[in-house]
Amino acid sequence: MPKIKFLLADGAELTVEAQNGRTLMETALENSVPGIIAECNGSAACATCHVVLPEEIMSALGPISEHENDMLDFAEASRESGSRLSCQIKVSDAMDNVSVRVPAA
Amino acid sequence: MSLDADHPAAARPGNESSIVIVGAGQAGLSTAEKLRTNGFAGSLTLIGDEPDAPYQRPPLSKTYLLGELERDRLKLKAEDWYAKNRIALRLGTRVASIDRVPRCVCLADGSMLAYDRLVLATGSTSRKLPQAISRGLAGIFTIRTLADIDVLRPALEASGKLLVIGGGYIGLEIAAVARGLGMTVDVVEAADRLLARVASAETARAVEDLHRSRGVTFHLGKAVSELLGADRVAGARLGDGTIIAADVVVAGIGGMPETALAAEAGLAVDNGIAVDASGRTDDPSIWAAGDCANFSLPGGGLRMESVGNAIDSADLVARNIMGARQPYKPKPWFWSDQFDLKLQIAGLSRPGDTVVVRQGAGPGRSHWYYREGLFVAVDGLNAPRDYLIGKRLLAVSASPDPTQVADPVLALEALANSSK
Repeated sequence: MPKIKFLLADGAELTVEAQNGRTLMETALENSVPGIIAECNGSAACATCHVVLPEEIMSALGPISEHENDMLDFAEASRESGSRLSCQIKVSDAMDNVSVRVPAA
Repeated sequence: MSLDADHPAAARPGNESSIVIVGAGQAGLSTAEKLRTNGFAGSLTLIGDEPDAPYQRPPLSKTYLLGELERDRLKLKAEDWYAKNRIALRLGTRVASIDRVPRCVCLADGSMLAYDRLVLATGSTSRKLPQAISRGLAGIFTIRTLADIDVLRPALEASGKLLVIGGGYIGLEIAAVARGLGMTVDVVEAADRLLARVASAETARAVEDLHRSRGVTFHLGKAVSELLGADRVAGARLGDGTIIAADVVVAGIGGMPETALAAEAGLAVDNGIAVDASGRTDDPSIWAAGDCANFSLPGGGLRMESVGNAIDSADLVARNIMGARQPYKPKPWFWSDQFDLKLQIAGLSRPGDTVVVRQGAGPGRSHWYYREGLFVAVDGLNAPRDYLIGKRLLAVSASPDPTQVADPVLALEALANSSK
């Protein structure tokens, strides 16, 4: 079970145990990570599960869909180079000990 | 429904207080979660009549029905979350009545549970076909709960012909899933167009064209006179005499707010449980959130059946129970997935609004709605950028120039800047 560290908008940190195959959004929701609202339950329709990932993990996550790409351009918090919708990211061992930042909305 | 500042129910509930939430859907769960994040330290009980812990409903008619999402992943919280947050989760438990004096709920098993504050998050139920039409036949389904899908899916898999009654979101999402499973699909809608109560004619037409191109047969402006068959449903007779063969029928004919408990307790009910702008009923100790709540707002009553409304109204009620005294500022938004269409809607359009079409470079496009010259809603059809920009503009009550909106060459960013 990979451990994932969420860096919260208020500066706090929250480390949770994730389950492979779940999405990063589901992992955040199950653990009540503040700032991950996920109103559309993973349908990539709301952009309320926006996270920022470290550069080095991005390539391991697979390509970003055109829809997600467009959603990120106008998410509430400004897009950064590591921005993703956490509902579109499957947790895997490659993500063990990764730090996931929740941007301030 | 004004509340005296020195009324006991106006005080912030303390460590000895008990809050009971009836309904363990999205609104009930969100209320419980937000009460804790807003510092409520007393006893918290979340009561649900379904056997499953709180789960996501929107995927039921989409990815879960398709079998793309496992049951376990519908759960909104991990099993140990409830204990960690000291939330007593009572599943498979029906509340029989509310005793407003001396403030307790009576459960169906005869036991009582005292409350200092009560939150009604009872949701909504699917409207059922009249007996004269359904005739008690097997093979007729409605969609609201996991249990509904668990019986519907094997029925779909064992069948070849689906009849959907009702051209709303649920019916159309089911139609799309069933076509994906290779079924023949007929949709009967009494109104002369799809999505009549919930989307504009322009958006409905685009959805209709998509479904037709994928092989769905529509019968618009037609009513079902009766369903046919001996024990199991075998088809339907329409008002004009048309006979449609079907071995499964899904009725997607709307939801009704679950108000029975509130009404029996003597609370005001009017298209939902009547609450003031803060989410409080006419009993100062009782609040309501989600599908079941009809908020009294400056523009009139507002009751919405959507996840966004469940989360936002629950957040509001939790904050107000903890003393915030804020009015509801709804930010209506909806989405629907049908075939490869992602429909995203922000704001509430109405018949009579002026519609401006923005055609994207690709297959996507968006519909922008104006009332008395002001921008009020946007529909994005595979147009997430348009949708999100429109949603942002709505949030700040900005109104982009409609001629610029209609100009596909003009960048949306410029649109956001030119708005007044």
